[in-house]
Amino acid sequence: MSHSELASIFNKNEKKVDWHDKALWFVRHKRDLSVHEVKGWEALRNLGHGIKAHTLSNLDNYLIEFEANAIKNDIQVHWAADGDEHNRIVHNIIKESNGKKVVKSKSMLTEECHLNPFLEAHGIEVIDTDLGERIVQLAKEKPSHIVLPAIHKNKHEVDKLFQEHLGTKPCDGDPQYLTGEARKHLRQKFIQADVAITGVNFAIANTGGFVVCTNEGNADMGAQLAPVHIACMGVEKIIPKQEHLGVFLRLLARSATGQPITTYSSHFKKPRKGEKMHIVIVDNGRTEQLSRPDFRTSLHCIRCGACMNTCPIYRRSGGHSYDATIPGPIGSILSPGKDLKKYSSLPFASTLCGSCSDVCPVKIDIHSQLYKWRQIITKETPQPFVKAQTMKIMGQMFSKPSQFERVGKAVRWSLRNLPKSVINSKLNTWGKARDLPEGPKQSFDQWYEERKNNQKD
Amino acid sequence: MKVGLFIPCYINQLYPQVGKATLELLEKLNVKVSYPSGQTCCGQPMANSGYESESIGACNHFIDNFKDFDYIVTPSGSCAYHVKKHYDIIPQTEDVINVRNNVYELCDFILNILKIKDIGASFPYKVGVHKSCHGLRGLRLGSCSERVEASYSYIEELLQHTKGVELMPLQRSDECCGFGGTFAVVEEAISVKMGKDKIKDHLESGVEVITATDTSCLMHLEGLITRNHQPLKVLHIAEILNSNL
Ligand code: SF4
Repeated sequence: MSHSELASIFNKNEKKVDWHDKALWFVRHKRDLSVHEVKGWEALRNLGHGIKAHTLSNLDNYLIEFEANAIKNDIQVHWAADGDEHNRIVHNIIKESNGKKVVKSKSMLTEECHLNPFLEAHGIEVIDTDLGERIVQLAKEKPSHIVLPAIHKNKHEVDKLFQEHLGTKPCDGDPQYLTGEARKHLRQKFIQADVAITGVNFAIANTGGFVVCTNEGNADMGAQLAPVHIACMGVEKIIPKQEHLGVFLRLLARSATGQPITTYSSHFKKPRKGEKMHIVIVDNGRTEQLSRPDFRTSLHCIRCGACMNTCPIYRRSGGHSYDATIPGPIGSILSPGKDLKKYSSLPFASTLCGSCSDVCPVKIDIHSQLYKWRQIITKETPQPFVKAQTMKIMGQMFSKPSQFERVGKAVRWSLRNLPKSVINSKLNTWGKARDLPEGPKQSFDQWYEERKNNQKD
Repeated sequence: MKVGLFIPCYINQLYPQVGKATLELLEKLNVKVSYPSGQTCCGQPMANSGYESESIGACNHFIDNFKDFDYIVTPSGSCAYHVKKHYDIIPQTEDVINVRNNVYELCDFILNILKIKDIGASFPYKVGVHKSCHGLRGLRLGSCSERVEASYSYIEELLQHTKGVELMPLQRSDECCGFGGTFAVVEEAISVKMGKDKIKDHLESGVEVITATDTSCLMHLEGLITRNHQPLKVLHIAEILNSNL
């Protein structure tokens, strides 16, 4: 289904839309308060943008440097060209260590590669340990937001879900009780885990270390308890130097939730004695995106989610309406690069208001890229005949003033003289909920001519 | 100073009063304005729909019409932005470069080129400003809530100097109204919901008249207001600045 179809379904329940919109606007507002405290915020954004641009232009070298340093630290480094290879590598590591139970902290990359179903098909238990992720996992859904994966669910839905799966008592959606129960449940899973999988927020080329940011401490809990730690990262997660963390950690936390710093910024550098640490570096379409000059900056993304929170469409259509791993504005410029036809409606799910580009901590010109994808999509994917023809006719009309004048006259006449029932017929989508303006008798052109003639008299 | 007036296609046909107000206002400010005949559209409707290539005729026609002016003024932030931002699809001749540099949204032109703040208008109403996105985040006609910068707004500055105007603050000062060109039809449900929410914000703040630099946003909001019989009026900023009530 297209974005607009899924969005219409979401909009059948206006109360829910209002609630979703307010919840995310609240986060956007918190972000505003927090970034306005930083005097050099715009300079920091420029710096973030510059470091990312530099890194992507030298990506090969930084990746090699990172690998060499990681190996020096006794980390095993693996390379995966795509999602399938990534999944096989992870599975092999788990098999080698005779693992059966895996705990995973939040990682959009493993979502993208569909790691969970792959491992489960091989008889391995995978537990998502981020509370929001665990909620969507129990509900057999996908995250609807990259930072707030269960933002589409209210506390009563979570209450019911936990009763069903965790055997909790009905509690009228009491958040304290529910998180307490989730904590007990997850503690058990942490203790039993053979392998911990985490994502990577920043991989540092000059140290070979990496940083994982969580608010719940679940990445640490998993990685510190399990004897094997597998960290999965996209190639674009590299930053050149340790000191660049000072830029990105500040940008990330404030943009994501309005916190000055994420609760846990966990630095990993080498395995504990006798234990194992692996890094899987994944391409999965990223270098292809890098090769598209108009879209390469989309790889700057540090996955803060701010463009989702600010997007007036995302807030009112819900993350699932994008039907992609990464929803919202950034998802709408990444996804068409993976499957143009499947995601062809996403770049049109925007008014090009530009809020996403101005909120983005690494200054990705998201709305310009949406515009550019539109130009490609109309050329390279099948378009409705009527739309293509209309555009052609409009194009011709606007190059010839005489035609424009004729059509304008006809439109004004119709608006004035046709009955409302005809104007607002089913064919007129505009008219479902909105009136059209009354057609004025005179166009501006005609008025101007008349005035000129009167002035002559 | 040779000033050419560009009246966008839909204003020409559906909102001629906005064109009149713009012209009269500029004349009041002693600007000698020419209105080249045979103008049509800046090409934006096709381009934003993904059919940039179909808009080339309109772009060339626009340049032909306006290449001889020092300034091109238009009562639409969105059209001015389109010419500035997206006219890179035609060869960048000197004419094209000049036109792109010299096209101005009306408030921007009055404040920054004419350097006039007080037009002598009066309009005794509670006014809510809708900051149309292309003007705001494209042309930077004001500061936006996302960026950390000194706060300013051209349209509000002119309204502050208009006698009788009471500017009403909004909960969300610069959220999009949901018009978005063909978006209004392609994503009808969201477009309508955004418009409804926007209107609610204005109503809750006690606004009597919503104004903006773009009639397209106002057409969308007005469509909802009249359908739902809400106690609000919409007027383009040129109509307010041209008032003496
Ligand atoms: S595109 Fe920018 S705002 Fe959106 S998630 Fe990525 S970094 Fe954050």
